[in-house]
Amino acid sequence: MRIVIIGNGMVGYKCCEKMVARMAPGSMEITVFGEESRPAYDRVHLSAYFAGKTAEDLTLATADWYAENGITLYLSDPVTRIDREVRMVYSHQGLAVPYDYLVLATGSSAFVPAIPGVEKEGVFIYRTIEDLELMTRWAPKAKTAAVIGGGLLGLEAAKALIDLGIKSTHVIEFAPRLMPRQIDEAGAGILKAKLELLGLSIHTNKNTTAIEGGEHIEAMSFSDGDRLKTDMLVISAGIKPRDELARASGLATGSRGGIIVNEHMLTSDQNIFAIGECALYNGMIYGLVAPGYEMAEVVVNRLTGGDKSFTGFDMSTKLKLIGTDVASFGDPFISGEEVKTIVMEDGYKGVYKRINISRDGKELLGGILVGDAAAYNMLLQTCKNKLVLPPNVEDLILGARGGEGDAGAGVAALPDEALICSCESISKGAICSSVTDGGCETVEAIKKCTKAGTGCGGCIPMIKDLVNHSLKAQGKYIRNVLCEHFQYSRQELFDLIRIHDIRSMDAALDKLGSGHGCETCKPAVASILASLWGEMILKKGNATAQDSNDRFLANIQKGGTYSVVPRIPGGEISPDKLIVIGQVAKKYNLYTKITGGQRIDLFGAHLSDLPSIWEELIEAGFESGHAYGKALRTVKSCVGSTWCRFGLHDSVSYAIRVEERYRGLRAPHKIKSAVSGCIRECAEAQSKDFGIIATEKGWNLYVCGNGGSKPQHALLLANDLDSETCIKYIDRFLMFYIRTADPLARTATWLNKMEGGIDYLRNVIINDSLGMCEQWEAEMQLLVDSYECEWKAAVENPEIRKRFSHFVNAPEEKDPTVQFEALRSQKRAAEWK
Amino acid sequence: MYQENSSSWTFACYTHDVPENGGVCVKVNEQQIALFHFTRIDAWYATQNQCPHRRQMALSRGMIGTQGEIPKVACPFHKKTFSLETGECLNGDECSIETYGVKVEGDKVFIGI
Repeated sequence: MRIVIIGNGMVGYKCCEKMVARMAPGSMEITVFGEESRPAYDRVHLSAYFAGKTAEDLTLATADWYAENGITLYLSDPVTRIDREVRMVYSHQGLAVPYDYLVLATGSSAFVPAIPGVEKEGVFIYRTIEDLELMTRWAPKAKTAAVIGGGLLGLEAAKALIDLGIKSTHVIEFAPRLMPRQIDEAGAGILKAKLELLGLSIHTNKNTTAIEGGEHIEAMSFSDGDRLKTDMLVISAGIKPRDELARASGLATGSRGGIIVNEHMLTSDQNIFAIGECALYNGMIYGLVAPGYEMAEVVVNRLTGGDKSFTGFDMSTKLKLIGTDVASFGDPFISGEEVKTIVMEDGYKGVYKRINISRDGKELLGGILVGDAAAYNMLLQTCKNKLVLPPNVEDLILGARGGEGDAGAGVAALPDEALICSCESISKGAICSSVTDGGCETVEAIKKCTKAGTGCGGCIPMIKDLVNHSLKAQGKYIRNVLCEHFQYSRQELFDLIRIHDIRSMDAALDKLGSGHGCETCKPAVASILASLWGEMILKKGNATAQDSNDRFLANIQKGGTYSVVPRIPGGEISPDKLIVIGQVAKKYNLYTKITGGQRIDLFGAHLSDLPSIWEELIEAGFESGHAYGKALRTVKSCVGSTWCRFGLHDSVSYAIRVEERYRGLRAPHKIKSAVSGCIRECAEAQSKDFGIIATEKGWNLYVCGNGGSKPQHALLLANDLDSETCIKYIDRFLMFYIRTADPLARTATWLNKMEGGIDYLRNVIINDSLGMCEQWEAEMQLLVDSYECEWKAAVENPEIRKRFSHFVNAPEEKDPTVQFEALRSQKRAAEWK
Repeated sequence: MYQENSSSWTFACYTHDVPENGGVCVKVNEQQIALFHFTRIDAWYATQNQCPHRRQMALSRGMIGTQGEIPKVACPFHKKTFSLETGECLNGDECSIETYGVKVEGDKVFIGI
């Protein structure tokens, strides 16, 4: 069977993928024509291109994939004519290819309204990677930009402009509100307010009448007489099905565009199918990827003798637009006598939720979520599967109040045919049976085996719930185990290692585990051993259980060299020590930078230079900064009462005392701290794992703060403490964290998961509710007393020192592949190859 | 997983040069080879030293372990893991690494390339 597919977009590709998977090799001969120069890529995540993804990252399958699967792919070669009589297509480059079946997957183009001036330079559409490249080139010249279209694609385009660094971005929408197809007026109001907070200017009810300027755009004018100066314009006002080829070939098309198809995706010619955004089914163009995939499924099913039909598609969507959740499902706008609507609007947090319920209160008909769409998956399933609603229907959007909410009960109530992943159309039944029969016990395994969750990814939380639910149903006890080698949680393992007095990775595996360890359990066990016994981490046998940075006592950097961070307690350093750092950096040709933690990082050290670099630093009185370890990093300080006219206490001296007490302490994750000399908080102590702020009467102690990707303020644990008590509480706090946190959980995450939260923690630390405090203080003292500088121990031990060479059989040679480039009178690592 | 016939054995290092349950990088001709020793079961493996993901010469510095029965190494850069028997990437990626034979005579380790 000879099949020609015209169009190599997401739906065209999906059609190829399904054919390869389902048709016997050799039974068909597939030829694909694509107009663009690259093979199909993920258009849904196009704006990720500006957030740093490359064209390769977005590619769905490489040209090799097509070749390996026997598909002939012609790129940059649009089909210009179809001869339906002899069943032959002719391409722009002069190819003539016969077919038995033809699939039109020509997609859509941007709809460009006929506004005078649209041809000017600086006016773009937002559709292909080429469009993005053109925008990227123009953007540096632009201070102001505008987008025509306040729908889904228009807001994506606005996000792209923000990512391109445009200072002032305007969104122009013809309708009275944003996203008129998905959300109602109140929801659009909340969305508008949120987007305006991010610096977007939103103009609704605006009809653009002209684009002004000379060769390039300078301003836009509107029907209400307003004018907007702008250097750049992106038109994203909707899509126009690409039906010109079909039309020229005499296939039936709709009056407003689109190739008319029946429920089998057949056009008016029995040998020609049309799928995706070019297909007009039942008077409707489906402008989303999931229905396009479903159409591809119908075609492949027909070609393999099935009788599947397309019966329309649920257009429920959940999106993250510029960081704001927007979702709609079922019939979002339905109203009238037979419908009751429940609305929750929180103008302060920017959350809007609406659900439409049948008059008898038995059925969820649809709804809208803006600002918080966490409940989307469950609401969608409730709506689609007509699940029984709770007695207090408002619980659906407000959560159960006053009782225990059980998220797990939600997935259990779904019928087996409930569609969980609509991109790949995978049902609950399929996911559950891949757990029970296929042995997939993780989300990753499910993704690999069923493809569920590999499209937009919106269903992943639900897949996770389903995995846990299925495992539970099988009677498997779901435990928070470390990995396949240890059937214990970190906390259990910690206690067992202590009780059995285990001192090495091998002994832990022999006594408590199975197999030979992995990159998850090895560093976790190594960290527990270090937290418990305080022994040098590179002790024979344990060195290779350390995470690779710990193993070489330095952070591996791009290109394979390492960075060196000497400890500078409290950020205080003498001129002489500064000079030594400069001399060492010069001697070993290192790039130097001040870190965020008030110390100095030296980059670009060859592995074999590390011991000599450290020998010189140690000679000058430096010691390891443990920047490579899940350990105490820095205790930042402001200058405090020794110099500052506002300072209440000597924050620098206290920071040094704290840093020197806990230096080298190994923990489930890195620990950061800071001490501020007054409430102005210049040391930013409230963003640290533990932070100390001077008060008139002593110190306030804050815990479990975090910077990073999910910033979280630290919470006040105790106030007006004297210096000794403050340290006592920190001892207890750290030991409690070290003993009970999951691997790689920062203190903030640890507290967030703790039942009872900060009140419980305060009870444990201050009121000693667990009766552990005395023991913890003693254990901490033991660790403090057993501290030694790891680098000092390493350079003095020939066995350990020997490991710092690149070639075991040529220790004097450095890695010849390491390359640097010049950068502002210093150097940088060469870019990834 | 190596062809004993087509390869010639090159002396790499002594057994005690390789850390317990860890790896080293060996220079063979102008190639960089990662050599691993599972002390626990006295098993030896050799692969290319370059991680194909970002083309970094780093596999010898990675952590070794097992996934089920498969011995593996995790690249220190982004924790891509590879089977030491077949060289296939165990995270489902397309890339794979070359593997080589290893033989030990007395305290001498040889790599078959």
